[in-house]
Amino acid sequence: MSDANATVTGVTELTVEDLTRIMRESAGEDESVDLSGDILDSDFTELGYDSLALLETAGRISRDYGVELSDDDLDGIATPREFLTAVNRTLTAAA
Amino acid sequence: MSVDTTVRTVVTGVGVAAPNGMGTEAYWAATLAGRSGIAPTTRYDASGYPLQLAGEVPDFEPEQHIPSRLIPQTDHGTRLSLYAADEALRDSTLDPGQLDPYGMGVATASSMGGFEFGQRELQNLWSKGGRFVSAYQSFAWFYAVNTGQISIRHGLRGSSNTVVTDAAGGLDAVGNARRQIRKGTTAMLTGGVDGALCPLGYAGQYSSGALSTAGDADRAFLPFADDAPGQVPGEGGAFLVLEDAASARRRGARSYGEIAGYAATFDPGPLPPGQEGTGLVRAIRRALRDAGTAAEDVDVVFADAAGVPDLDRAESRALAEVFGPGGVPVTAPKSMTGRLFAGGASLDLATALLALRDGTIPHTANVSRPGSGHPIDLVTGEPREADLRRALVVARGRGGFNAAAVVRRDA
Repeated sequence: MSDANATVTGVTELTVEDLTRIMRESAGEDESVDLSGDILDSDFTELGYDSLALLETAGRISRDYGVELSDDDLDGIATPREFLTAVNRTLTAAA
Repeated sequence: MSVDTTVRTVVTGVGVAAPNGMGTEAYWAATLAGRSGIAPTTRYDASGYPLQLAGEVPDFEPEQHIPSRLIPQTDHGTRLSLYAADEALRDSTLDPGQLDPYGMGVATASSMGGFEFGQRELQNLWSKGGRFVSAYQSFAWFYAVNTGQISIRHGLRGSSNTVVTDAAGGLDAVGNARRQIRKGTTAMLTGGVDGALCPLGYAGQYSSGALSTAGDADRAFLPFADDAPGQVPGEGGAFLVLEDAASARRRGARSYGEIAGYAATFDPGPLPPGQEGTGLVRAIRRALRDAGTAAEDVDVVFADAAGVPDLDRAESRALAEVFGPGGVPVTAPKSMTGRLFAGGASLDLATALLALRDGTIPHTANVSRPGSGHPIDLVTGEPREADLRRALVVARGRGGFNAAAVVRRDA
């Protein structure tokens, strides 16, 4: 693994701001959606993100934070709040 | 569903992304002015490769043309495709939302796929591991991806497909689209915008043995010249909105002309000396018959123009056999773009329609006269004005694909 892709360690909580930034970078941003608003309980499909966008985002978080997010972890997740809960559970367990 | 061959199809929209011009009118102006888009490669470091020239689409800023959500999931070629498809639809003034939900489909041609994207992700896989491969690699590399992305972007749910017949694909896709309309689809977005200007694409192209190694951009791709040094690869092409002529007339759409004839043939392997081009002759004759057009009624031919001596000779002999030696003006504006693979013949179709519209045959750049052994009236030096009613477009793909299409100006 190259230095440019060094993982961030010791992080135990991903914030909604982190998630929004990562989603913008890895899956883009629907022009008709304001991601800076209160999106925690919005459905990802309403935010313009499909399952592949979530998969890409999860992959990016796995790489950047050195955690494993399995397909099972993401199964049934529909909102940013649920997504963050699943990620932070994994981060806490790994810390 | 049966095919009703009495249904006429007309082109009501054109969108172009070409090495010598982004957008239809910019491309057409550059072509008539003899401005070439062949230049030193910039999309990758080509210094270690035998050919350092390419026909790259200039000044394409994806963020200006492509929605943010599509940027991470698209190859450069798909972005060019989305741009040209947008332009063709806008030009047609057709609103797909006004049609039956399955009233409009997409038929594209591709030669390779999203190779620049694919190469990057393969490099990630082998240098860093599977976790570093984009989830979008699942489709972004795929040769059918342009059909899919255009369909999703514009909600075109009608019968859709992708053909892969190398450089013949630019006509085969349109032939396919015409067939869908004759089976009942109202309109099709069709054509090819292709290219893979990256080391992975170059490796595939290099294996043809047909690539030029010339260093001078003005001397690197010289179709029908005695000293033709081979092909320069390029990127881009054109999309057309093809429409049932009756429904186009009902909505008062402007028509560039009719796709009046189309045929494809296949050469079953290397042909014996003297027989090269016989499959091409059959394709041309069948396309003429399909259009109900006699050879003497064709006003101009847009040649496949391989830029490889043997292939050029086979084509010029085929044209002489059908039209008689020097019997029809022949031109190769692709001398200003390089070979665009599946995009090339679609761009030639678009160019032919613009030529019919303006009564001007664009010339073959950088070639002063056809070489010996080419019994054709090659348009060189400058555009030639003529009253043009019917044009023939010829295309060949590596591996034995031949295709021909006749476009006819509306009376």
